[in-house]
Amino acid sequence: MSLLSIKNLHVTVDGNDILKGINLDINSGEIHAIMGPNGSGKSTLSYVLAGKEGYEVTEGEIIFNGKNILELSPEDRAREGIFLAFQYPVEIPGVNNIQFLRTALNSIRQYKGLEPIEASDFLKLVKEKQKDLDLPANLINRSLNDGFSGGEKKKNEIFQLSVLNPLLAVLDETDSGLDIDALKIVAQGVNRYHNKDNAVLVITHYQRLLEYIVPDYVHILYKGKIIKSGDKTLALELEKSGYEAFKVEI
Amino acid sequence: MANEIIKEQINKEYEWGWSFDIEAETAPKGLNEEIIRFISYKKNEPDWLLDFRLKAFRYWKEMSHPNWAHLKFEIPHFQDIIYYAAPKKKNISSLDEVDPEILKMFERLGIPLEEQKILAGVTPNIAIDAVLDSVSVKTTFREVLAEKGIIFCSFSEAVQNHPDLVKKYLGSVVPYTDNFYAALNSAVFSDGSFCYIPKGVRCPMELSTYFRINTAGTGQFERTLIIADEESYVSYLEGCTAPRRDENQLHAAVVEIVAHRNAEVKYSTVQNWYPGDKEGKGGVFNFVTKRGICLEDNSKISWTQVETGSAITWKYPSVILKGNNSVGEFYSIALTNNYQQADTGTKMIHIGKNTRSTIVSKGIAAGFSENNYRGLVQIRKGASNARNYTQCDSLLLSDKCGAHTFPYIEVKDTTAIVEHEATTGKISEEQLFYCQQRGIDKEKAVSIIVNGYCKDILNKLPMEFAVEAQKLLEISLEGSVG
Ligand SMILES: Nc1ncnc2c1ncn2[C@@H]1O[C@H](COP(=O)(O)OP(=O)(O)OP(=O)(O)O)[C@@H](O)[C@H]1O
Ligand SMILES: [Mg+2]
Repeated sequence: MSLLSIKNLHVTVDGNDILKGINLDINSGEIHAIMGPNGSGKSTLSYVLAGKEGYEVTEGEIIFNGKNILELSPEDRAREGIFLAFQYPVEIPGVNNIQFLRTALNSIRQYKGLEPIEASDFLKLVKEKQKDLDLPANLINRSLNDGFSGGEKKKNEIFQLSVLNPLLAVLDETDSGLDIDALKIVAQGVNRYHNKDNAVLVITHYQRLLEYIVPDYVHILYKGKIIKSGDKTLALELEKSGYEAFKVEI
Repeated sequence: MANEIIKEQINKEYEWGWSFDIEAETAPKGLNEEIIRFISYKKNEPDWLLDFRLKAFRYWKEMSHPNWAHLKFEIPHFQDIIYYAAPKKKNISSLDEVDPEILKMFERLGIPLEEQKILAGVTPNIAIDAVLDSVSVKTTFREVLAEKGIIFCSFSEAVQNHPDLVKKYLGSVVPYTDNFYAALNSAVFSDGSFCYIPKGVRCPMELSTYFRINTAGTGQFERTLIIADEESYVSYLEGCTAPRRDENQLHAAVVEIVAHRNAEVKYSTVQNWYPGDKEGKGGVFNFVTKRGICLEDNSKISWTQVETGSAITWKYPSVILKGNNSVGEFYSIALTNNYQQADTGTKMIHIGKNTRSTIVSKGIAAGFSENNYRGLVQIRKGASNARNYTQCDSLLLSDKCGAHTFPYIEVKDTTAIVEHEATTGKISEEQLFYCQQRGIDKEKAVSIIVNGYCKDILNKLPMEFAVEAQKLLEISLEGSVG
């Protein structure tokens, strides 16, 4: 059984058809990449998975870990194990980064019937992940994303990912805004997180990220449809020829 | 019109007759000179104090109820209020005799009544004066403070034991002629806290007053007087609570602070009076006059308040900056939900040279509530190089609530610099979604974001209070998310 199964998904936003019949199956242990031109609907897909308000599913279904999640609130989807690393992480002034993460972790644990994490265990976990991602201590103790540089915000998303340890990580252009070193560190972070029990869906414009986070499958999203799927070589092909070459195949 | 009715009410012959049991624990309903004499008698007060009360009462009788605040409410029926209620038990000598409800509340607030624990260092250092209804129940830690010459006791005790100090300062910052509720308070106040920090003494612990309205139908009129003599320092906390009642209860307190040369007073309030129910029924009318005077050079008074309770809050903790180089601060969080109304802010009156004031106000409105900031910055002639910085932020959590800002600025000295910044905002959908995507439900997300919004001010509170205030904000926001 696949971890995520999307069938014939149609989505409208403010009355506009954005996704027009997406089919996608992701198994535990896999890494998938979605590439596609600006405005093709990549972020839309991630928002629909996460349950953002205003994204109306007019047709199709999403089954995650055996559950139809379309009826679930955004927080419950997160608690079920869907994590979205945002393309544009928001700033929440005055809210301590670590406190926030602890609240998030404990909300998820509570949903699963677990006790809140011990403060010392949490600190240990945080320290470990912070080191992995080479995050300065003062950064994780600042207000959530408040005044973070673009790259710092992206790193912080992966930091949250590694602490929350979800079943499915959707990374929306996590590579954009990262310098070369940071890109490697972030990719390492994702690879460290990834194991046979979880899955990663990487949204990106560039082949470069996929050199570090190597996908099992690459999908090309074009005008709200997946027009081609293949293995990692598809990304290379795309880099050479651009989207024009694939358009004719539709 | 309304004022006519009040006058009529006040002047109406007291319907229960004049005579009642002078030994009674509770005064009969209503207000007249007899009641005032009763209160004064009960408290064994000197003549000058009875005189002060009577003058205040006579003055009050002629006053009109103010109507300038941006508030809607029915003016209290002053003849239906009980103005004096002693607690059921007298001479409480051990903790066992204190109302377990109060103890529970103290515990919840992290404020210990048990001196042993405190002395053992188990719990933080706070000395408390608990005011139940109108009578001070217990003042802890007195001996430790006494060693340093600090006087911290109930107002009534101060009247008995330190009459000269009380006489010298009572009404010196808030005269009974100041306003309607100050006059009323001056006439009928029954207890409160008194604090004197002698020259050169830094008070070694937080001093705290804890107010609670218990008896139905009573008003609470405490009087607090804090005097910081030269070169002294004190941090003072005030917490409040009242049980749920369907009727509105009146709380009209007066707080006066005097800071002498080089003295500093920090006054923090966490106000959690019963706000009324979801439909706006019941709740406390919190009409309070708080004012401090930086009497001499280099003194400082700082107000920090977290206002989450009360059906109506109407108060402006203020500072008169008389001494040269004196500093006034006002940091405020006012959160209103359901049908609560708040009209709060401050007055900074600059009289001395090089005086500075800072005002930071965060108003958060949810439900159908009204949340107003009203502030006066006055720079008098001769207050050369006075400076004020004001920042006023409002956060709206629903589209049925209101937030208004009424800044008044009067500058009579050309060397003054006055800055005012104001913002109004909403919690963005993006912020909420971000929190939810991390597994946090909407209600909790709102409370996290609001707490973040208020962080600068929460940081001004003493630690234990900051934690409690944070929890309070969360509780007060319950049901604010649709
Ligand atoms: N509220 C809206 N009303 C109308 N169209 C919208 C709305 N929100 C998004 N869209 C459109 O949906 C399309 C898909 O947007 P989406 O953000 O999913 O693209 P994307 O593939 O992530 O692009 P990018 O690579 O630039 O991030 C875009 O054409 C966008 O303009
Ligand atoms: Mg996008």
